[in-house]
Amino acid sequence: MSSLLAYIDSLVALIGLPVVAHYIVLTSIEVMLVILLLMGTVAYFTYAERKVIGYMQNRLGPNRVGWYGLLQPIADTLKMLLKEIIVPSNANPFLFYLAPLLSLLTAFAVWAVVPFSDDFVVADIDAGLLYILALTSMGVYGVIIAGWASNSKYAFLGAMRSAAQIVSYEIAMGFALVGVLMASGSLNLRAIVVAQEGTSVLSWFVWPLFPLFVVYFISGLAETNRSPFDVAEGESEIVAGFHVEYSGMAFGLFFLAEYANMILITALTVIFFFGGWMSPLAGVPGLESSFLAQSSFAWLALKMAFFMFCFLWARATFPRYRYDQIMRLGWKVFLPITFIWIAVEGVMVALEVGPWAA
Amino acid sequence: MIITLLFYSFAAILIIAALGLITSRNPVHSALFLVLAFFQSAMLWLLMEAEFLAVVLLLVYVGAVMVLFLFVVMMLDINMERMREGYTRYMPLGIGVAVVVILEIGNVIWFRSQDLPFLTVPEPHPAGYSNTKELGAVLYTEYVYAFELAAFVLLLAIVAAITLTMRRRPGLKTQNIAEQVAVRREDRVRLVQMESTKDSDQ
Repeated sequence: MSSLLAYIDSLVALIGLPVVAHYIVLTSIEVMLVILLLMGTVAYFTYAERKVIGYMQNRLGPNRVGWYGLLQPIADTLKMLLKEIIVPSNANPFLFYLAPLLSLLTAFAVWAVVPFSDDFVVADIDAGLLYILALTSMGVYGVIIAGWASNSKYAFLGAMRSAAQIVSYEIAMGFALVGVLMASGSLNLRAIVVAQEGTSVLSWFVWPLFPLFVVYFISGLAETNRSPFDVAEGESEIVAGFHVEYSGMAFGLFFLAEYANMILITALTVIFFFGGWMSPLAGVPGLESSFLAQSSFAWLALKMAFFMFCFLWARATFPRYRYDQIMRLGWKVFLPITFIWIAVEGVMVALEVGPWAA
Repeated sequence: MIITLLFYSFAAILIIAALGLITSRNPVHSALFLVLAFFQSAMLWLLMEAEFLAVVLLLVYVGAVMVLFLFVVMMLDINMERMREGYTRYMPLGIGVAVVVILEIGNVIWFRSQDLPFLTVPEPHPAGYSNTKELGAVLYTEYVYAFELAAFVLLLAIVAAITLTMRRRPGLKTQNIAEQVAVRREDRVRLVQMESTKDSDQ
């Protein structure tokens, strides 16, 4: 990653721009890199979702467009681009168009602070974790505004459900991250990964913070409105929830935002609890000098792929929660777990065990 | 130069949003304007290198408080005709409150800034400066009692609000999850041994 960046840097330097312009051009290229990678991942994540769920349900999944259906995501995108965007009568057109843009904007903007490897992050800011919390909590506006501006009761019900759900789970999620903060002592995402550096897999935060990891990942499922918490869509009772009135690419943007958010949750889970780009084989004897023991972007991608699979696995296996069960789980189960574990962490800090060993 | 430009654009949008908040007829539009105003003031704080306050403003007010606000406002069935009925009656009171507020703001901005040098730009902090750390250090040492007291007052408010909604309604059917989970097969299913019979026996 770093050699690629250095190469781009030297290429841009050839043009001989002033410092500010050089910085802007370089950052734009980095942003484009991240977004292109993200869009490609989203496209093939939808393909993987259909294939994985297909095989889990003893079907084949998409297999008509291209070799093993590999061109299916491209065909889907083309279809959505060519479809007409219909604005419902009596809907507020400005807010109606604003909603999918807001969803997508927040879903993409969060990636600015996510480090991909030790030396590649678009914005290495100090309060990265707070920035992520703030932007993910703003993502709900896309859903709420969409539901309200559509002027449809189903869309509105979906928006209301989503708002209550996201606000509830954000609290458990925030407290789970307080635990990560206590362990790493920094709000910077790169520093959080570096704090997990050690001799082996055992130095990852997942072990001392295991309950928080479980709370974080399940809250992530809820926060992205994924099954088994997808009552905001709830196609069996409220058609498709907040995006029922959206067609064509306006719907496509919601879709893109949802998948980008899912990938973000997997990336953050790996960064906070599974050592980010660290190699799990680092301490294994006999492998010290091989590339397998080196920490690299490939390890981050591999770990993310595992958690992305877990998202799909959860969707194929669990029935949807009832609404009051979702609220109960968020407020009465996850929140107390995080409180208790933060207190346990306090004891661990005082006794200097785990990551706090002097 | 760029900072100044950014400041004026954020400030302009902030003022427009604030005006929109009080002039728009639709309460949902007002709430959305308030969200925009919060966002712009967070940006202004960010320009002042107060990134912790900026992000917390977004996180708490935009991310949580305004979502619940919108939640309520969207569900209200507001009749603007009825809302406007008492307009002239309450006008004098409204003007009185407005005058007091303007005087207070004027007091803060004008009279207290008399001795201060005009338009001083604060010194930018060095690269390693962490606003979050500084704030935490002050909050948990010097102002720890005030901080704990504020937290306690908030906790009290939460407990009070929950107590108000925790009323037992008679005849309400609720689930006992623990009971449901603890149920065993023997409680629900009775296995009956029966001799098999032929059709002709019946």
